[in-house]
Amino acid sequence: MNEYEVVIGLEVHVQVKTNSKMFTRVKTGFGFPENTLTDPVVLALPGVLPVMNHAALDAIVKSGLLLGCEIAPLCKWDRKNYFYPDSPKNYQISQYDQPICLKGHVEIELPGAARNIMGEHKLIPLTRIHLEEDVGKLNHGAFESLIDYNRAGTPLMEIVTDPAMQNADEAFAFLTALKTVMVYGGISDCDMEKGQMRCDANISIRPKGQKELGTKVELKNLNSISYVRDGISHEILRQLSVVKSGGKIVQETRDYDGQTGTSQSLRTKEDAHDYRYFPDPDLMPVKVDEPWKARLKAECPEMPFDKQRRFMKDYEIPYTITSVLVPDKALSDYFEATVKLCGQAQAVGNWVTNDLLREIGKRGESIAQSKVKPENLAALIRLITAGTISTTAAREVFTEIASSGEMPDGIVERKGLKASASSDDLELWCKDAIASDPKALAEFKAGKDSAINAFKGPVMKAAKGKANPKLVDETLRRLLAL
Amino acid sequence: MSTPLYFKSVAELSSELSTKKISSVELTQAIIARTKAVDSKVHAFNSFDETDVLSQAKLSDERRSLGKTLGALDGIPIGFKDVISVKGQPLTASSNMLKNFISPYDATVTEKLKAVGALSWGRLNLDEFAMGSSTENSAFGQTHNPWDLDRVPGGSSGGSAAALAAGEAPATLGSDTGGSIRQPAALCGVVGLKPTYGLISRYGLIAFASSLDQIGPFTRTVEDSAIMLGAIAGHDPRDSTSFKTQIPDYRAELKNRKGPWKLGIPKEYFGEGLDPEVAHAVESAIHFYKSKGCEIKEISLPHTKYAVGVYYIIATAECSSNLARYDGVRYGHRSKEATDILDLYFKSRAEGFGAEVKRRIILGTYVLSSGYQDAYYVRAQKVRTLIRRDFLDAYKDIDAVITPTSPTPAFKAGEKAANPLAMYLCDVYTIGVNLAGLPGISIPCGYSKSGLPIGLQLIGKPYGEADLLALAHSYELEHSWGTRFPDLEAQKGVRL
Repeated sequence: MNEYEVVIGLEVHVQVKTNSKMFTRVKTGFGFPENTLTDPVVLALPGVLPVMNHAALDAIVKSGLLLGCEIAPLCKWDRKNYFYPDSPKNYQISQYDQPICLKGHVEIELPGAARNIMGEHKLIPLTRIHLEEDVGKLNHGAFESLIDYNRAGTPLMEIVTDPAMQNADEAFAFLTALKTVMVYGGISDCDMEKGQMRCDANISIRPKGQKELGTKVELKNLNSISYVRDGISHEILRQLSVVKSGGKIVQETRDYDGQTGTSQSLRTKEDAHDYRYFPDPDLMPVKVDEPWKARLKAECPEMPFDKQRRFMKDYEIPYTITSVLVPDKALSDYFEATVKLCGQAQAVGNWVTNDLLREIGKRGESIAQSKVKPENLAALIRLITAGTISTTAAREVFTEIASSGEMPDGIVERKGLKASASSDDLELWCKDAIASDPKALAEFKAGKDSAINAFKGPVMKAAKGKANPKLVDETLRRLLAL
Repeated sequence: MSTPLYFKSVAELSSELSTKKISSVELTQAIIARTKAVDSKVHAFNSFDETDVLSQAKLSDERRSLGKTLGALDGIPIGFKDVISVKGQPLTASSNMLKNFISPYDATVTEKLKAVGALSWGRLNLDEFAMGSSTENSAFGQTHNPWDLDRVPGGSSGGSAAALAAGEAPATLGSDTGGSIRQPAALCGVVGLKPTYGLISRYGLIAFASSLDQIGPFTRTVEDSAIMLGAIAGHDPRDSTSFKTQIPDYRAELKNRKGPWKLGIPKEYFGEGLDPEVAHAVESAIHFYKSKGCEIKEISLPHTKYAVGVYYIIATAECSSNLARYDGVRYGHRSKEATDILDLYFKSRAEGFGAEVKRRIILGTYVLSSGYQDAYYVRAQKVRTLIRRDFLDAYKDIDAVITPTSPTPAFKAGEKAANPLAMYLCDVYTIGVNLAGLPGISIPCGYSKSGLPIGLQLIGKPYGEADLLALAHSYELEHSWGTRFPDLEAQKGVRL
């Protein structure tokens, strides 16, 4: 391994989330009964013509702007000719010599030394992004093959990277980062289970120090992010063992089977298609002018890693919290909205990444569906900060908000959760707590400030949760200082 | 003797319908009877549905009785070249590949004609997938020229031209990729208009060569042509190549636009291969325009000599891709012998397509292949630009170009069938117009000594149909060629 280095390039297909298909008005969708999302254009009946979906063009231009690509001034369409039953016209409308997006890059983060340590960041350069139409799906039976054209004609972006990655972890990080950007831009949900994101990898090895690339093998059907990692690792080992046993890598396309972790050759270079690309005479080129780009630029959200850096810097919240908040745009928006209302970024971060996520997970809701709105959570955090309720009581209030959507003040009032214990009782409970935990007392006296927390639990318990936490802290400190 | 109903123009029929001299049902019955009487000789139709067209006629008469007539075409039966989709009717392209195909949707032109009350009447024969100049390449038997049944009607819209000439329809639709409307119009003695590329939606027209195909009408008179064009022209959001432009009232403009025009005579169109009788008839027409005060200028379209070559590269390249969808998988002919998917493609296409279609698919596949594309397809596109530029340069000084439509009158069936190149040269005067995307019209301008019609081609400026039609109309007003009709009764039927 040490005398070889690996070069990986990815070709990622991303379905664009539009209401209708790339060249006709029929709906896009997943999980519908077979061949119901079709019309004469999808089925390529005699005489039909394609008409471009402008929303799909918007989406790819936006992707290009997000990824720092050069945007071509003209969107031109070509026909890629080949016979296969999933392609109703037996040509695919695609973009050959003038992709809409050139260059650009995807910022990735490699795994850190530990879960709470940020890993190295890298920019993976892109070669191009173009737009095309998806094909249908073949379902092979024992004696027949059936075709479902529901997917056929769905807008599809092909994102091609430079051969710039060196291992499976980078490829994995690339797809994760790309998915986040696509979701952020509202371009695609990139659900690999639903085929919304699909990946082929070009993999080669070369002796270290050699300039020219080795013979590449294209690995297909990497149908989940983990298959991408496993498939690439498998292929690297396969190539190394071929070379080490004195063999030569053959330029070929291999099919990876994630279930068995094996691959087999689909075709070699000799069988490569001549796609006979030529400009599609049915579609006029479309100008992508500056106002068009400016309109889309204005719609572009902040890029995820930029947001993460901003969260860490401006809100001073730890990496681990940001790495939960940022990949989910709705969650990070929720976080910021709440902080705007009540400050307390750290507390908000903790509530959102722990309690809110647990609660909506339990209820099977999305962030948007949750009855705990930023206003509710902000009000709750304000009550805690003011010492009006204890954290224990706050959890109870939170659960109540999640089911009723009420503001916390009302719940506190109704349930009598206000920290209301008298100072005499409090002093008594505090004395008891200190007396019954000599170990913590010794630690505190020895200078370990956090040992004070050990007394708070029993005090709260005695107060049935209604003690003012601020007051408890003050009382304990006063008694301990005596 | 008065002209029988089936030989009357749309304008005449329209006025008889509006004065209630005739009903649409009566007219339709006359057309059906005539078709049944002569189509065994002409074979212009692939199929027709009497019951359906009569029920449409009845609806038209009902509209009229309620005072809700939709316009000049309401109640007039229109024949469709069998490449233009009409919902519920066969759409065969005269190919075994689509022998049993019934279209589930209307072409845009069909919708437009239905919207003005025209009746969809019958499916008209053509060279398979519109590839040919004689309608001999039909999988369902050749069409015969009504003026001489031993001769071809031209093509590829031979059925549309012959049906009209034989009185089997008052007007028909065809499509023109390299002359497929104008050449059969010339050979059958009727008016055939190929509009500017983009004026008429191609949605629902089976594609042969997408960048050249254009639908257009066959009519007895230029006035009828204006009526038909007005009904079918206009931008269509379902066709990205259709052009957003104001559609004038072509019929009204016939009278409003009065010349005199400056006319160009391209010397390249009057050289070798031009039949002397055709040359004479066209020269007489030029003389007529001169006598009316038109300025006649000799012009040069220097890239004309490349037109046929360029056409057969571009058209075949596009067709090789356009016809890929006929694979036996979803619809159309599927071989019963196939053992796997590749075999299914090979056998279905081998069995479904005729020789000329295969020849063009092979040629087109070749010119697009890697390593050859630059030498053929890319270069042909460049020359195409030069051909268009020739015309646009000429139009700086002139309003229209006058040429013969076809180098010869109708030739004998079988005469050129074995020689594809000789057949390709039938379109030598019409192809440039498609490559340049211009409007062109063929109108009758005389007859040969043996009584065969001769066509005059007028070529206009882009989207200049109103002027072009007015120019053609001014000739028609003072000539009576269009009022002669072929005598089918006197001719013995030819075995199909």
